[in-house]
Amino acid sequence: MVIGDVIVTLFLAGGLFFTLVGSIGLLRFPDFYTRLHATGKCDTLGTGLILTGVIIYHLFHYSGTPLVPVRLAFLVFFIFIANPAATHALMKAGYEVGVKPWKLGDERR
Amino acid sequence: MNRGEKTFGILITFGVLFLFWILLSGLFDAFHLIAGVICTGIVTLMSHDLLVKGKDEKFIGKSLRLFCYIPWELWQIVLANIDVAIRVLHPKMPIDPLIIEFETPLRSDFSLVTLANSITLTPGTITISVEPEKGAFRVHAIAKEPADALLLDQTMQKKVAEVFFVEWPGTDQPART
Repeated sequence: MVIGDVIVTLFLAGGLFFTLVGSIGLLRFPDFYTRLHATGKCDTLGTGLILTGVIIYHLFHYSGTPLVPVRLAFLVFFIFIANPAATHALMKAGYEVGVKPWKLGDERR
Repeated sequence: MNRGEKTFGILITFGVLFLFWILLSGLFDAFHLIAGVICTGIVTLMSHDLLVKGKDEKFIGKSLRLFCYIPWELWQIVLANIDVAIRVLHPKMPIDPLIIEFETPLRSDFSLVTLANSITLTPGTITISVEPEKGAFRVHAIAKEPADALLLDQTMQKKVAEVFFVEWPGTDQPART
């Protein structure tokens, strides 16, 4: 049980770390496109790690309902497909409206 | 699309959707199973040509190769996140964004989507737009190294081409030294 809790805590901590990095990146990066780099990647892995931790926790403590982890695994799967697609859609919309990419040496905006 | 291919598409779609229904409901009594068959049947009739398009003798081979490709992709995602984390937390913020374009021999919708999603999830690059006719990609890279990885090494394009049994033209590759 203790080992299981340690693994779950590691997964949750990793997920929290990457989600936090995504948020810091959103604030620190200089423009629309680079901010999408931070959120698009970190949110995907962060949410994935947190959900994996929840799946393992459920397997250890509520092993009577094995279908719930399967549903959570589907959630991870769909997030991994939908999140890059959404990032790409935002990116394309911004590019077609004509948002200028930030270059090294420009002002923050 | 002839009759046999259509039946194949319908069967695959029905099987996948019904399995999904069972996993989500988790109830095995007659009412829920019959309701599942009816709902799955209606959805299959409406959308059987979305999942499996026309002839595809290599359907199983492609699925297997895609399955082998996923672990590599997951590892790339972890690398991408560490890369972004370093760039975000580094005091000097080492970024130098640029936009690059390249062409691939991929044509089918599913392979283009796979490559576009892979590019978005791997270190330092996001797909901006895809032109299906030429297989051309426009990619925003956060610094020079990830852009070079896509333009010069082309590891990812080759892996995706291998998954979908697309011949990779050996002419325009830079010489390996």
